[in-house]
Amino acid sequence: MRNSREGLAGWLFVAPVVLILGVFLLLPIGMALWVSLTGWNGQGSPFTSDVPFVGADNYTRLFTEDGLARQDFMTSIRNNVYYVAVVVPLQTVLALFLALVVNQRMLKGKGFFRTAFYFPSVTSSVAISVVFLFLFANSGAVNALLAAVGIDGPVWFDDSRGLVHLALGAVGVDSAPAALADGGVLGLSWWDWLSGPSVAMCAIIALVVWTTSGTFMLMFLAALQNLPQQLDEASLIDGANRWQRLRYVTLPLLRPTLFLVLTLGLIGTWQVFDQIYVMSQGNPAKTTLTPAFLSYRTAFRDFEYGSGAAISFVLFLIIVVMTLLQRWILRERRP
Amino acid sequence: MRRLVNTFVGYAILIFFALVFLYPFVIQIANSFKTEPDAAANPLSPVPDPISLAGFERIFEGTNFPLWLGNSLLVTVVITLGRVFLDSLAGYALARLRFRGRRAIFAGVIAVMAVPGVVLLIPKFLVLNQLGIYDSYTALILPVIVDAAGVFIMKQFFESVPVSVEEAARIDGAGVFRTYWSVVLPMARPALITLTILSFQGSWNEFPHTLVAVQNPDLFTLPRGLADLVSGSLGTGTQYPLKLGAALLATIPVALIFVVFQRYFVRGATEGGEK
Repeated sequence: MRNSREGLAGWLFVAPVVLILGVFLLLPIGMALWVSLTGWNGQGSPFTSDVPFVGADNYTRLFTEDGLARQDFMTSIRNNVYYVAVVVPLQTVLALFLALVVNQRMLKGKGFFRTAFYFPSVTSSVAISVVFLFLFANSGAVNALLAAVGIDGPVWFDDSRGLVHLALGAVGVDSAPAALADGGVLGLSWWDWLSGPSVAMCAIIALVVWTTSGTFMLMFLAALQNLPQQLDEASLIDGANRWQRLRYVTLPLLRPTLFLVLTLGLIGTWQVFDQIYVMSQGNPAKTTLTPAFLSYRTAFRDFEYGSGAAISFVLFLIIVVMTLLQRWILRERRP
Repeated sequence: MRRLVNTFVGYAILIFFALVFLYPFVIQIANSFKTEPDAAANPLSPVPDPISLAGFERIFEGTNFPLWLGNSLLVTVVITLGRVFLDSLAGYALARLRFRGRRAIFAGVIAVMAVPGVVLLIPKFLVLNQLGIYDSYTALILPVIVDAAGVFIMKQFFESVPVSVEEAARIDGAGVFRTYWSVVLPMARPALITLTILSFQGSWNEFPHTLVAVQNPDLFTLPRGLADLVSGSLGTGTQYPLKLGAALLATIPVALIFVVFQRYFVRGATEGGEK
């Protein structure tokens, strides 16, 4: 008697959550999968026979067919790869560094500094993007700062030049060597693949590193405070210096946290959206276009919902593969 | 001596980074009180010269700011109340009640947490459209009124409550809901506060969901209105004092809550990490 009542209560208690997560998270995935196989343009329902079924066309156009769809998609992938490659290491190292400094026993006022570093993480990404638009504006704070040390700052959000191209330009390679300009893969020339993040993307990278480091710092800090103190003291007695203790004692113990921070970083960086939407809309010259924003733009501005849904499924797959890959790289190795 | 140098270097690093992390906000506040020419000429200066309220006047007279504020308040309050109640209800059932399918549901909740939000934008729009609730307050609220992470936090907490308390209540003849509502929930205050604050902060700042749930400007929340403002619906000029002022007003509620309830934010950040 009691058991059946408890069972009923259990189901009643979880019903709202199950229903809402099911209807607004699981069901939509199935619907979107269907739409990604059609050429639905947003008119009427996507589930009538009027909507053309195109099979895998939306996917093959992203990978194998020459055209704007593939070029834009591959450009967005390139941009995001550079973005991930810069943001993830930077935010992880900065977060770890700040955590190590804030964790020093002899320093006072650590609470204040911890709060200061974390504060940007809790504020609205849209509001912060507005502030950074101003900071990186032509007459903004960053260029004023650069001018103070005699550097003529770029017009950040109009500058589509890639950093690698700029570096090559500095050593005299201004245009693509024929071998790189002519050959290519997946709709972009080798030269385009090797551009590096654009100047405009660097402003977005600065913003994101600035907002995320605080959260990750807290995760490292929590882990650091749980470390057994005797270990550190023992290695101190053994004569290990500061760097050796970090390298051989602290870092190995932080491994689970490091894994967590890297995974969350990888997942987050492939989803960058708000900042792109507010600050650049993928411009200039598509150098801040990312798959997440491209998927949104394709569906809600160009009304090609099938193609947009296909892009988001590919993005989903990328995120899953990245996470698995990272898990494999950082797996516990038995000696 | 060496210790002294170390301490000095430590503080120098901390102060440098505190400036890097806080000075943008100083610039934001200062520039929202500047005139446009002053903001363009002295963007770094923390002192407006002259002090001008023109930006704020324009926010309230020339934009829909009051409307966005009202929408944000409504949506945030409803979502927060909904999450605290529904998440804790489900969390309690998953932690304490024995029923068939419990494990499967918990596994589902964990799986849902792993689905990246941005890839769900088109799917969410499809469902809202099919259900005929696109472009309504329901669309802004209902899909996000529960969240898997909140269920997880509540379940973890309820598992730490000693069973004996509930048994006593049962012997006294309390039903399941009664036991949950008047005995266990009051004990869960710390977890409830954490959840309330995280929900408030999350829904106050939410942007992509509002982008695909509504298109009627009367239903815009603050982040949506702000994004619209920035993308140039005002026409001429850069209008930085106005934009920075609007962004500042949108930040203040979360900033206040953060300053008062800091440790709950911290708990959220580290707990979210330990799934």
